[in-house]
Amino acid sequence: MTDTAIPPGTAPTEEFAGRSLWADAWRRLMRNRAAMASIVILAAIALASIFAPWLSPHPYDEIYWDQIDAPPNFALGHYFGTDSNGRDLFVRTLYGGRMSLMVGLVATLVSLVIGVAYGATAGFIGGRVDAVMMRFVDVLYSLPFIFFVILLTVMFGRHLVLIFVAIGAISWLDMARIVRGQTISLKRKEFVEAAVAGGVSSFNILRRHIIPNTLGPVVVYVTLTVPQVILTESFISFLGLGVQEPNTSWGVLISEGARSMETTPWALIFPATFLAVTLFCFNFIGDGLRDALDPRDR
Amino acid sequence: MEPVLSIENLHTRFATPDGLVEAVNGVSFTVGEGETLGIVGESGSGKSQIFISVMGLLAANGRASGSVRFRGHEILGLPRKQLNRIRGARMSMIFQDPMTSLNPYLTIARQMTEVLIAHKGSSRAEARGEAIAMLERVQIPEAARRIDMYPHEFSGGMRQRVMIAMALLCKPELLIADEPTTALDVTVQAQILELIGALQRASNTAIVLITHDLGVIAGLCDRVLVMYAGRVVESGPVRDIFRDPQHPYTAGLLRSTPRLDEAAGARLSTIPGQPPNLQRLPPGCAFYERCAHREAICLDDRPELRRIGEERKKACHLPHL
Amino acid sequence: MPPAAPLGPSPLLSVRDLSVHFTLGAGGLFSRRKPVLLRAVDGVSFDLRPGETLGLVGESGCGKSTLGRAVLRLLPSAAGRVVWLGQDLAALSTAAMRQRRKEMQIIFQDPLASLNPRMTAGETIGEPLKTFRPDLKPAEAKRRIQEIMAKVGLLPQQINRYPHEFSGGQCQRIGIARAMINDPKLIVCDEPVSALDASIQAQIINLLMDLQRETGLSLIFISHNLSVVRQISHRIMVLYLGKVVELADRDQLYRNPRHPYTQALISAVPIPDPDLERAKQRLVLSGDLPSPLDPPSGCRFRTRCPKATEICARLSPSLLEIERGHEVACHHWDE
Repeated sequence: MTDTAIPPGTAPTEEFAGRSLWADAWRRLMRNRAAMASIVILAAIALASIFAPWLSPHPYDEIYWDQIDAPPNFALGHYFGTDSNGRDLFVRTLYGGRMSLMVGLVATLVSLVIGVAYGATAGFIGGRVDAVMMRFVDVLYSLPFIFFVILLTVMFGRHLVLIFVAIGAISWLDMARIVRGQTISLKRKEFVEAAVAGGVSSFNILRRHIIPNTLGPVVVYVTLTVPQVILTESFISFLGLGVQEPNTSWGVLISEGARSMETTPWALIFPATFLAVTLFCFNFIGDGLRDALDPRDR
Repeated sequence: MEPVLSIENLHTRFATPDGLVEAVNGVSFTVGEGETLGIVGESGSGKSQIFISVMGLLAANGRASGSVRFRGHEILGLPRKQLNRIRGARMSMIFQDPMTSLNPYLTIARQMTEVLIAHKGSSRAEARGEAIAMLERVQIPEAARRIDMYPHEFSGGMRQRVMIAMALLCKPELLIADEPTTALDVTVQAQILELIGALQRASNTAIVLITHDLGVIAGLCDRVLVMYAGRVVESGPVRDIFRDPQHPYTAGLLRSTPRLDEAAGARLSTIPGQPPNLQRLPPGCAFYERCAHREAICLDDRPELRRIGEERKKACHLPHL
Repeated sequence: MPPAAPLGPSPLLSVRDLSVHFTLGAGGLFSRRKPVLLRAVDGVSFDLRPGETLGLVGESGCGKSTLGRAVLRLLPSAAGRVVWLGQDLAALSTAAMRQRRKEMQIIFQDPLASLNPRMTAGETIGEPLKTFRPDLKPAEAKRRIQEIMAKVGLLPQQINRYPHEFSGGQCQRIGIARAMINDPKLIVCDEPVSALDASIQAQIINLLMDLQRETGLSLIFISHNLSVVRQISHRIMVLYLGKVVELADRDQLYRNPRHPYTQALISAVPIPDPDLERAKQRLVLSGDLPSPLDPPSGCRFRTRCPKATEICARLSPSLLEIERGHEVACHHWDE
């Protein structure tokens, strides 16, 4: 071949390393200060929650009868004070973080797995199957969520698993819709057609060509789902339907703190700050990821 | 005579996350009264960005510097309000995709009369009459009825006619057509080219025709600028450029275009390689990598656009091709 | 030079009365709207010999891309027969058809969109290889991928690069390498150079012609650009609103076009020569393409045809062989 795409001149002999879109996105994310700061803060909160027992001399469920509603006191190790039952608020806030973050991650993971599989299947098969699958999603959407939770608690009692089930059951719906839309637009892309023409099986097309290309919006949506789920859990707990004593979550702590916020403001301020900062961080990361993954969209 | 538009040392740069992209690199030329100037170049050659800069339509990350004078008045960097008195009225532009330049939610009548009312202060009835007359001039059948339709109710060719009619409404002194027929089918392209030619003969509007299609240039233009990597590499009267191209890029482009008037089937002659990366332009001639006639000097010494004939210029060290 | 098309006895591909109809507006689960039938391709027949290039030309909406895909059975609803080496493709099971796909490939108009942005050049090119030769060792597969990369004019060292790191012309070369890696007998080229710059177009056309000479593959070359089609094709088929209006050898078609539409198409192509272009007598068609949803009665071209008479509205002209290998569908072809 005489006219190649290779410019005349010396051709290097070693293989070039490719820079994948993910690597590119990561590089752009690294340059986003707000997102990077959020990742650091979030990691700190998560680590503190995980290692809570080692960070404080007090167990989370021990009641100090002489320290009821005490303000923050560094000498005794009650950094955030104590609650109306005389339990250390610092360690309880971190334990609450464990619960909130866990609910957020597990429910999001559930929504990720179900939503991506469901949405990609519906979008890829299309036609009547798609119509039936998406109408089912619409039906689930129309269920009033709070009644659904109350119903579950009345039937099965308050149980941690129930919260996961209840939140997971609703949060995959949005994910399924997003992935379905992405899949439909990808299905018409020429590289998918090329794969069909190349004899690639439907399963491999879905696995190699469709799902990896939906992951950009999915990742962004995940970072927005986590805070949403944490908030939902807080809301359920605030209503008294969530986590049971002596276990706690940020929602429970805020609910308790709110009841006595004139007399013991610290019982509200600390858990509320943690919740707010966490939500902020997730949102900043989500924004940063969106910019990093799709730089044209700015 | 004073030119309609004169551009001097225009630079347009874009700040991107991956560095500075130099889209236009020190371009100078003029457009004379009633002249049709063709600008030809490949994608990324900067041919469109020149006029996007001139019209003040650069994307937010773009910066233009240099001098652009319209009838002797500097218009580069003019505040929007003053610029609006010129663009759309005395100087207008039509784009490749007519659908994106028309507002899909407004009728053609509304969009056309708005221009007249804003620029010339006509009454609504006057403006409507003028708009219908203009639609008839671009050969839209049943213009009086169609003027109340929405853009999506027109075919691609009809939409481009509407765009031309809108651009001509205020009788501009300069019409810039950016790939006006690229999105159209050949038979419709033929209609539009014929229309532009007829309009040009009838009025004394100066036209700048930006295209990658040498055939379109050959049919309509008086003078041609050839662009490569953000610079003008050759300019001259259309016959001279096509008969006797003096820049290796122009010559290569002409040779690699398959033509209906020549024997088919032979291997096409090609320009090897790819256009350069605008973020990392070489210090010397940007065409160096692909040039069959390159010499040692071309690698480091960038050739300036120099005069090689009465009306001809080229940016190449070779004395003769 | 495209290699002289062999006049071999048995065609590689025989298409008989192929039609593709799309139903538009078929609504959701509960919709009662009556769907509209779009006849994108209507009763097309042709043969393709080994080593031959058939050009398909026509304007947008003429069904040329649909026809190309229907031949490869990439569309669900095709009527008529597509016979591949004596075997009716419609009779094949999905699994058997998948096996056949090794021999017939496609390249696309938009070079970047035809590549998965999250796969490297090597992964993209190697995918058909992996599908049909799962037994190959990775090292051997890589050797073959780099071999084909060199053949289509890419640096084998670029195997780990991603599509966005290549230019449009290079992306198109990746698409060609992917199509070529299993030594196909047919490649459908759907406007492969339309999105490329002039200087790159010529490179790609030459590459396809070289590959054809080397491997004897057949091409169906779809384009709206008559100069490009003429360059690469042995025979050319002109389509208008889903129907064949003229089919002839390349030189025959350009020297002696008999259908008014073909004549108009050829005369509409601008010639890059100021004197010729300005002196040219141009046959400019009036009006636009009618909606394919509601094509005119009789001859579909009659609404824009300078020669149309009363018979054209009544009777759809059938393809007539006016001389050896030259077919025209026009009532007034000899006027």
